[in-house]
Amino acid sequence: MRRAAPWVVLALALAFPLAMQAEHQTYYLSFASRIFVYALAATSLNLILGYGGMISFGHAAFVGTGAYVSSILLSEGVASAWIGWPAAIAASALAALAIGAVSLRTRGAYFIMITLAFAQMMFFLVNSMKAYGGDEGLSLRERASVGLGLDLGSDVAFYYTALAALAAGLYGLHRLAHSRFGRVIQAIRENEERAEAIGFPVYRHKLACFVIAGAAGGLAGALLASHGKYVNPNVLHWTHSGTLMVMVILGGVARLWGGVIGAAALLGLEDLIANHRVEWLAAMLPNYQQHASLGVGTVLLAIVLFAPQGIAGMFARRKHA
Amino acid sequence: MLELKSVSKRFGGIVATDDVTLDVRRGEVHALIGPNGAGKTTLIGQISGNLGSDRGAIVFEGTDITHAAQHERVRAGLARSYQITSLFKRFTVLDNLALAVQARSGSSFSFWRPASAEALLFDEARAIAGEIGLAGRETAVAMTLAHGEQRALEVGLALATHPRLVLLDEPMAGMGPEESESMIALLGRIRARITVLLVEHDMDAVFRLADRISVLVSGRVIASGAPAAIRAHPEVRKAYLGEDANA
Repeated sequence: MRRAAPWVVLALALAFPLAMQAEHQTYYLSFASRIFVYALAATSLNLILGYGGMISFGHAAFVGTGAYVSSILLSEGVASAWIGWPAAIAASALAALAIGAVSLRTRGAYFIMITLAFAQMMFFLVNSMKAYGGDEGLSLRERASVGLGLDLGSDVAFYYTALAALAAGLYGLHRLAHSRFGRVIQAIRENEERAEAIGFPVYRHKLACFVIAGAAGGLAGALLASHGKYVNPNVLHWTHSGTLMVMVILGGVARLWGGVIGAAALLGLEDLIANHRVEWLAAMLPNYQQHASLGVGTVLLAIVLFAPQGIAGMFARRKHA
Repeated sequence: MLELKSVSKRFGGIVATDDVTLDVRRGEVHALIGPNGAGKTTLIGQISGNLGSDRGAIVFEGTDITHAAQHERVRAGLARSYQITSLFKRFTVLDNLALAVQARSGSSFSFWRPASAEALLFDEARAIAGEIGLAGRETAVAMTLAHGEQRALEVGLALATHPRLVLLDEPMAGMGPEESESMIALLGRIRARITVLLVEHDMDAVFRLADRISVLVSGRVIASGAPAAIRAHPEVRKAYLGEDANA
């Protein structure tokens, strides 16, 4: 059952566009693609936050770097995704290397604050890039092109591309978590001092982990920009980092599917509150739909109180019981 | 094998270790004793590398390691255990030990191949579990172990790094008489191949195991020598052994 579950989910995701009726297709495929892209971003954060125990409050910096690098290349006429996306990944990895090299010398609350500070610095940097839209952001005429007879402008093609990227990210995380490196990362989370005392260069392992997560976040950013054909500095804002953290905590910290479940739950909930008016609730709170974050906050509070292992953890426990 | 030359460490205004000079010879069990607060654990920290030294030099097998990182010292064959048990609590006994084996065998920058496919790691881990008396407990999660078992695993983690010199910080802390006996037996077995610097409050164990003893009081070594000489040393009797020695 457990082994089959990922394949069932994959099969359902593959079949989803076929099951859509044409009239709803654009909306739902676009929405699902957005979930996949956020799921990839949250999964990359889960690697450092969950598996590595590094509470980074600046993950949006890497998503944003990927989004901006790929968008700037597109606006400069470099349309190929085979250039734009690797460039986004490389730039985000480099940013993670620089930020991580400094931040990882601190611990606890200091680490949280310093990653936040770096991300905010990059937010203001991008804000001041007038050539690329400044605070108004950068609109793209079209999505990146992948060739191979695929037109990413089509929602179906983009859907499958985002799905492939997410599947690759999840499989990569699965392999990494069980590799030698992954075991060391989790050991460092459990007991950093002892990990060093049995002979692991702790700092180097943490930095490598940080860079891998940053690179994956950069790919998510490139996809995000292509998806919306638009990018603005808010993609680097600290609240965006917070959103990704909420996804990980909601879905399940250090759980393979945590980022996916969290992204689907959070985006799904926001969509539900904003687009599906519940009459009896509206009778009591007329403007409740304009305060979607209040509802999301309530759900998050409930999760933290009653299911501290996240939604994924809730299912895991029931299976063992 | 290990030489400390005028090593000192201060924490603010407090002098934890003061001009400590000490040598540990290859093959011996060298006990380090002293009252609470004498600086024994600080000294272990300085030798193992998780504390820096303000002054002095530490030489291990002819190499100056005063400024080497802790993981480099472990790779060179210098490992420690902790007075306050420090394990990977949510990992099994076997995973705890396999990690320590992994740390010294090959690169851990391997991102793809499952570590569980590496039979060698787990064979060695199993052998160490047997040696420290935890055979049959390999799949138990470390935090669920009894106190004595946790103390055994604590020492086992240090042994799994294949040290040539192991620093044991009160391995018998909090143990009952029976558990202490099995720890003494374990140390008796490993002393044939590993040099031991032993911090211990259990004087019975110290005098049974030690080839030489150094006494640390207020951060200074006040005496160093064979057990009989230490037992007879007037300053040691006054400062530390007290009634124990008269009994």
